This record gives sequence, structure tokens and C-alpha cells, in this order.
Amino acid sequence: MEMAPRVDEVKTYPVLDPARALTEPRWVRWVLIAVALSFIALFLLVPLAQVFASALDKGMGYYFNAVREPAALSAVKLTLVAAFFSVVFNSAFGLASAWAITKFRFPGKSLLITLIDLPFTVSPVVSGLIYVLLFGLQGLLGPWLKAHNLHIIFALPGIVLATVFVTFPFISRELIPLMQEQGSEEEEAAMVLGAGGRQIFWKVTLPNIQWGLLYGVILCNARAMGEFGAVSVVSGHIRGLTNTLPLHVEILYNEYDFTAAFAVASLLTFLAVLTLIAKTLVGLKYEKSRQTPAAQAESGIA
Amino acid sequence: MSIEVRGLCKHYNGFKAVHNVSAKLETGSLTALLGPSGSGKSTLLRMIAGLEVPDSGEIHLTGREATFASAKERNVGFVFQHYALFKHMTVFENIAFGLRVRKQGERGIQDRVFELLKLIQLTGYEKRYPSQLSGGQRQRVAVARALAPRPEVLLLDEPFGALDAKVREELREWILRLHEETNMTTLFVTHDQQEAMEVAGRILIMNHGEIEQDGTPIEIFDQPATHFIAQFVGESNFIDTEVSEKGLAVWGPFRFSVAPSLPVGKKIRIYFRPNDVYMTAQFETLQVRARIAKTRFKGTTIEYKLDIGEDKYISAQIPKGVALASGFKEGGEVYAAITAFHVFPIDAEG
Repeated sequence: MEMAPRVDEVKTYPVLDPARALTEPRWVRWVLIAVALSFIALFLLVPLAQVFASALDKGMGYYFNAVREPAALSAVKLTLVAAFFSVVFNSAFGLASAWAITKFRFPGKSLLITLIDLPFTVSPVVSGLIYVLLFGLQGLLGPWLKAHNLHIIFALPGIVLATVFVTFPFISRELIPLMQEQGSEEEEAAMVLGAGGRQIFWKVTLPNIQWGLLYGVILCNARAMGEFGAVSVVSGHIRGLTNTLPLHVEILYNEYDFTAAFAVASLLTFLAVLTLIAKTLVGLKYEKSRQTPAAQAESGIA
Repeated sequence: MSIEVRGLCKHYNGFKAVHNVSAKLETGSLTALLGPSGSGKSTLLRMIAGLEVPDSGEIHLTGREATFASAKERNVGFVFQHYALFKHMTVFENIAFGLRVRKQGERGIQDRVFELLKLIQLTGYEKRYPSQLSGGQRQRVAVARALAPRPEVLLLDEPFGALDAKVREELREWILRLHEETNMTTLFVTHDQQEAMEVAGRILIMNHGEIEQDGTPIEIFDQPATHFIAQFVGESNFIDTEVSEKGLAVWGPFRFSVAPSLPVGKKIRIYFRPNDVYMTAQFETLQVRARIAKTRFKGTTIEYKLDIGEDKYISAQIPKGVALASGFKEGGEVYAAITAFHVFPIDAEG
């Protein structure tokens, strides 16, 4: 015989506030937020403020002189040239490698994917040394280069090469997962509609990856401008000739010209802040363009 | 334009995606390519479109060899399962794409796109992006985009697969009407037999990379050529038994006449449709006594699992009205006969 459950035996559960069901007690939240914020203030904001404070230590006049000095201007120019080349080379390489990896099957594909990451895992100093060992006077190709009066190490080509090397993965790393996710259906559709390879690239593929590409370019550019280790090894620190901004800062600092060092550093910092803003803006666009079609449909219909 | 394939093969690392397939589709026909997933139907369609290159065999479009022709030269329209609309282009630009890459004049493009928008009943939607459309609307845009350059053949790869049942129904009707209006040679891939039967005048059934049967929906349903088709299309009862004497097989209380050419002792599989079971409450003629073991309501019909003794069961489907009028009840006694069946000898592989 079955018995109806007695009312006083029915278990009741405490009622949970749904808004608080998955959150920590208030004091834990406040402590976590405080720790995170003070950490950021201490390690990011204070040094950032210090850079500008020290730069303006001896007044605006000194600041502008330090920044306008020929050696500083040449460093700015060299930094921009190196960043420009690495962005151009790595955009081309990033597109080509991402295209090859996501659209074709070929032997050695996984090796290529691993190799792309190499510059991330190798110390920048070693990256610089590679080029010294290759192109330096004692290096593999050094004698031949000297015989033909070609300068790579301690000259612009070496700096560009080292910068390109350390920024190698940024764009392809950004594009490969993006293009993998998008698949080739749109390209196939374009092909059946009669588009040629170039038309498919410019009208279908590029518009689909433009934000990812731009995001990669910004990261690549930021790293290229700030690169110190690899460039330091190949540059030779010739003032006004082979000094990039980070190297110039170091030299000024080593000469105890702290205010000038910070003034030039503030230029780099300024570039970094600009990059950060650009990155955030592009990142927002990028996220939007990456939304799944289903999610887009829902937001579109609603 | 007619489509003909001869001895088409496509293997991937030893896997026979499409193996020795030959078929001819006449101008203006509407044909379904039906098969389970992995049967090679999409690969075949993609080869006809020029998206895959066959390992061997030939493709002829309008009698012209096009095996290695570029997609542009083939002049086919292709509709993808997941639409593959260009996300960053408006509906107008999507439809216009095939015309723009052919460098047509702006006036002509405008006229053609608006004509197609009217055809797909999406006039006024030309400035929207694909993300702002529902699934059914997107697929209609995809069809319009495929039709824009006036292809001679329309190929559709599981065109309704990603849509819900109601929208699928509407689009089926719409494709049928579209075909009546344009009379374009159309081949569509589906794994949904209901869809194939309703839409197509002819069905090619693929399995393991080969075409197992090529016929009208009625032929496919009533005269399945192979085991696979018998169990793949429609619902069926299966009985494994053997030829007990010349021209006769016995299974439980049922007796089946078989081809006299089958040797005695040959293992056979007999299949029959649940709606080919004639079931009554009173004995009429040539029927077997059975007990209703289970009842399942299926909408317009009721399915009965019949216990015919010796631990053997068959399933029968009776129109709901007949079933209710006859007063069939679970556990009740009924009389059943099998009015139509098919016999397949079981080969070593089967």
C-alpha cells in the first residue's frame, strides 16, 4: 500500500535570490576589486605618470629640445621605417600563410604552424644574434657581403630584418583562427558565380578578414616600435644612424640625461597609448564582425 | 540544358566518396539526389558545379564536355545548405555579385536584381544585410543570387536542411513553383525522403558513393531495387528467413511466394510496409490470428505491434478512422494478412 507523503516530511530548500545565487559575498567582491585596481594603479598608472612627470622635469623647453634633437628625430624616423616594413612584410606573409593553412592541405602544414610561433618562444636577443651570425663579419654570409659592399648588420636592413622576425607571428596568428572559423563557403559561392581568384580575394575574402587583419597590424606595429632586444644586437647603436627610439632612450639614460631619456620615452608611451586606443576601437568592430550569423540574425530581427 | 555524368569517381585517401556514377538529366527536369549523410551525394553535386575535380569520368553539360571547365564556363547556379551569403554585402549586392564579376552594365544589373527580388518576394529588402534576415529569407536570397546570371542549371545542396519544418514546407512549394515558371534543369541534394518524393519527378538514390536506384518516386517506394533502399525509403517490416521449398518461404504462420529461381535453403530477407498489412477484427480470408501487443498513435494512422506467436512480431499501420471503427484494443485479438511484400536474396555482404 502506498502512503501519501506527510506534509511535515516534505523537504524545503532555502529560497535563493536569483541575482545573488552565483556571486560571492559582498566583502569578497570588494576585496578582489580593490586588489585588482590597486595592482593596476601601482604597476601601470604610477610609472606611466612618472614617465611624463620626469620628462617635463626641466620644463617644456628642455622637453621639446630633447625631442627635437637630430639624434632623437632620426631615431623616430628609423623606428617608423622599421615598423612600416615589418607591418608590410608580415601582412603579406600573414595573409599568405593563413590562406595556405586554412584553404589547402599540404605536407608540413603542422610544422609551418609551429614555426610561425618560433619568434614568440625565442628570446629577442637570440633573434638578433641569429642575424649577426648569418650576416655579421664573422658570420656565414659576412665575407661575401663585405666583398660586395653590402651592409646588413649595424645598418638599416639588419634592424628591419630583426624587427620583422620578432613581429612575425602577430598577423598570421590573428588571421588563421579567423579564416578557419569562416571556412571557404563564401569563396566557393563567389567561384560558382564566376569570380576569378583576384576578384574572390578583393571582394569576398579581404572584406571578411579586414578587421582581424587590422587588429593584427596594430599589434604588429606596437611590437615593432617597442622592440629592444633583437634590434639592440644588430643595430650597433650608432647615434643618428642606427638607433631606434628604445635604443635612443637607453643611451640617454646611460649618459645620465634622465630628463631627455624620459622625454623620448614619453614619445614611445604616447605611441603606445594611441595604439591602445586604436586596438580597442578595432577590437570592438572586430568582435562585431566575428559574431556568428545566428547571433546576428537574432539581434537583427529583435 | 542537360547534365550527363559518365563513370564519375572521386576518392579521398582510399575512401570512395563517389564511385563510378553515371546518370543523365534531361533539360527542364527536376531531380532529387537522395541518400544518407556520407553517401557521396554532395560530392557528386560539387563535381558537377566545378567545386571538386573528379579523379576519373566525364561531365557533360548540354552535350559539351565540361569535366575540367572552370565554374564560370559551366554557367551553373549553386545554392549552399548554409546559404553562404556574403555577410558584408547587402541583399542587393549579394544578388548582383554574379553580374558584377561578369562586368555587366549598371542599368542591366539594377533591372535584373529588382526582377529577382520580386520573384523571391523580398522587394524592399535590398538594403538589408544577410544578418538581418530570417533563415528562409536568406535561402531565398541565395537562390536569387544563383539565378541572377541566368544559369542553365540550378544545383541545390541540402537547400532546406538548416531550416525549421514549417519554413521548409513553404520553400519546397516555392521551389516547385519556381521550377514550373523557369523550367530550368534542377538537381537538388537531400537526405529527407519526404522532400525528395514531394518535390522531384525523379529520384537518384545514392549509398556508399554509388547510385542504387534511379526512378520516379512511386517506383522507388513500390519497387525498391535493393535492401538498402527498402529500409531507407519509408517504413518497413523485415523478416529474415529462407526458401523452404520451391517458390515458397515460411515465417511463423505466414507463407510467402518467392521466385521459383531461388534455390531451396537460400537465405532471403522479406520486407513489407506496415500499411500493407490488412487487419480486421473478424476473420475474413487467408488471415493469421494475432494479438495486439502495443498501440502507437501516429497522427493520421495508428501503428500496432502484432504478436503472431513464436515470439514473432510485425508492425501494422491502419488509418485512424478504420482503426477506431474496428475497435482495435491493446491485448485484443485480430486477424492480419500481408498484401504486398518484396523478397531479396541475402548475399554474403548483406
